[in-house]
Amino acid sequence: MTKLDDRVQPAAGTRRTAPPPAPVPRRRNTWERIKRDKVLLLMGLPGVALLLGFHYLPLLGNLIAFQEYLPFVPLGRSPWVGFENFAVIFNGDPEFLGALRNTLVITLVQVVFVFPAPIILALMLNSLLSERIKKIVQSVLYLPHFLSWVIVVAVFQQILGGSGLVNNAIRAAGGDAIDFLGNPHGFIALLTSQVIWKDTGWATILFLAVLSQIDSSLYEAAKMDGASRMRQLWHVTLPGMRGIIILLLILRLGDSLTVGFEQILLQQAAVGRAASEVLDTYVYNNGVLGGQWGVAAAVGLVKGVVGVLLVLGANKLAHVFGESGVYQKESR
Amino acid sequence: MSATRSVTVPGPRNTKRKRLDAPPLPGRMLTGFALFVICLVVLLPFLGIVSTSVAPTSQVNDAGGFVMWPKGLDFGAYESIFAGGVVTRALLVSVGITVVGTVISLFVSAMLAYALSRPGSYGSGFILSLVLVSLLFAPGLIPNYLVVKQFGLLDSYWALILPTALSAFNVIVMRSFFMNIPKELIESARIDGAGDFGVFLRIVLPLSKAVLAVIGLFYAVGYWNAFFNALLYINDTAKWPLQLVLRTYVINNAQLGGADLGTSSDALPPQASIQMAILVVSIVPILIVYPFLQRHFAKGVLTGAVKG
Repeated sequence: MTKLDDRVQPAAGTRRTAPPPAPVPRRRNTWERIKRDKVLLLMGLPGVALLLGFHYLPLLGNLIAFQEYLPFVPLGRSPWVGFENFAVIFNGDPEFLGALRNTLVITLVQVVFVFPAPIILALMLNSLLSERIKKIVQSVLYLPHFLSWVIVVAVFQQILGGSGLVNNAIRAAGGDAIDFLGNPHGFIALLTSQVIWKDTGWATILFLAVLSQIDSSLYEAAKMDGASRMRQLWHVTLPGMRGIIILLLILRLGDSLTVGFEQILLQQAAVGRAASEVLDTYVYNNGVLGGQWGVAAAVGLVKGVVGVLLVLGANKLAHVFGESGVYQKESR
Repeated sequence: MSATRSVTVPGPRNTKRKRLDAPPLPGRMLTGFALFVICLVVLLPFLGIVSTSVAPTSQVNDAGGFVMWPKGLDFGAYESIFAGGVVTRALLVSVGITVVGTVISLFVSAMLAYALSRPGSYGSGFILSLVLVSLLFAPGLIPNYLVVKQFGLLDSYWALILPTALSAFNVIVMRSFFMNIPKELIESARIDGAGDFGVFLRIVLPLSKAVLAVIGLFYAVGYWNAFFNALLYINDTAKWPLQLVLRTYVINNAQLGGADLGTSSDALPPQASIQMAILVVSIVPILIVYPFLQRHFAKGVLTGAVKG
């Protein structure tokens, strides 16, 4: 039996598709191996079919970015228009630029405010003495992560909406209600607070795992040297978390063009599109709702390509920083 | 911030040392208090939602909508949403999609993961790279829509299941779990005459209950929460899942009349109560599975993310 390296290493951080397993000397051999593994191949088949049908096949659908898509004509028959659909990007259509700007601003704000929140929370949780209280607090804080955006937005409406908890209290105190949800200037703050409420607790998991792996003798040594608690935090805890922080930050930056699509879509009506349009909602609104399929697909395609480049670049960057990156996960 | 640091590694063997190393009392109290407030910020909205759903009509009307504590119990809102109208139907759709979808996802993923976990099996290197590369990119919204349309799945429940049925990430997590199953167990089953599928069914699955539970629950939560695919693919309101009903009648505040609910229009509970009852109904299933999820997820998430 030929021993094949099943664990073909997923080429770290490259886009190259790994070639099929090592070249086989003779055809008969291949056939025998297929016969031997036919049950395994059949077992993998449904999964592979789903992957091809709903992940790889849609790549072909991107062709309509180069067509003037006519919905009632078979897919291949729409007239080809070259790069015409990409004009909104290259000519800097104001609506597109607005969506791009909103996307980047939201990413930036979230990196500044959302990213550090779980680190701080993890440090707080880690300082709790009682394991039991820690468990209870964790249970509470992880919960919102499992709620859908529809639920989270509905919850926020109940608290901040016109007849919500906060405005009822303001009115009871004799003040004027504040329009938290329909104010275009406050929209990014609203989005950010929702993300913090929903996901900060959950995001502590990784940081807590890393904190628990920091060697306690480092703290003892630091204390021997007379380091204060603040200095221990600075010289032992934070360096211990450096790797995961850099890795997650780079990954987040690699995802710069993607910001809470469902979350924003659900709340666009209240603030208007100018303040809330991001690239993903631009594609949905102009394509599916507006019927400009070709243009929307073109924007989606460019976003997708830039997104992959950013992720790959981020992974490279992680390697530069001496972190293992994401695509070496399998290497153990 | 002076309180936010820790000294020892958590874990039972250190509990004694920890007390000696404990941070000073004022700092500890400050951290404790801050965490208490954060927990309230998470929990209090739920209290208000449940309260509003069961509060008597007069109280809800007086408060102008949202109440934090009911002055009595009135389950009229629940009676009206379970009367067989829009909400009842959406609930059944969501339950059906979640159950069928989770079974399919779990079985398909586990089989693929197992096929990929057997050393030296034909094509596994190529298939594995298909799985890994798919993690790199998400096909765009428009191409996805076109594919679903070409398959004739628009307005079909399958459109809510098949496109999201396989998570490459979950396959990878399962595969690494399966690879850690002792070879001896599998080989001895083979000697006893079990084929690949027999080994999978009788040895591998029973040994992987923990990982199957976590991943199954993750899939289930995903199906239950799915909103956008339903918005995109389902036009027929009779086929709407709960999340779409929630958006239409709670977030967008469309009026739910007696005809929608399948009950008489007179003496309908206040809209706010009905809305909050729908919200409660959509949250409760998550709360039910949550303790099970929680028991395992640290393990599940960490094997996938940290160790990999």
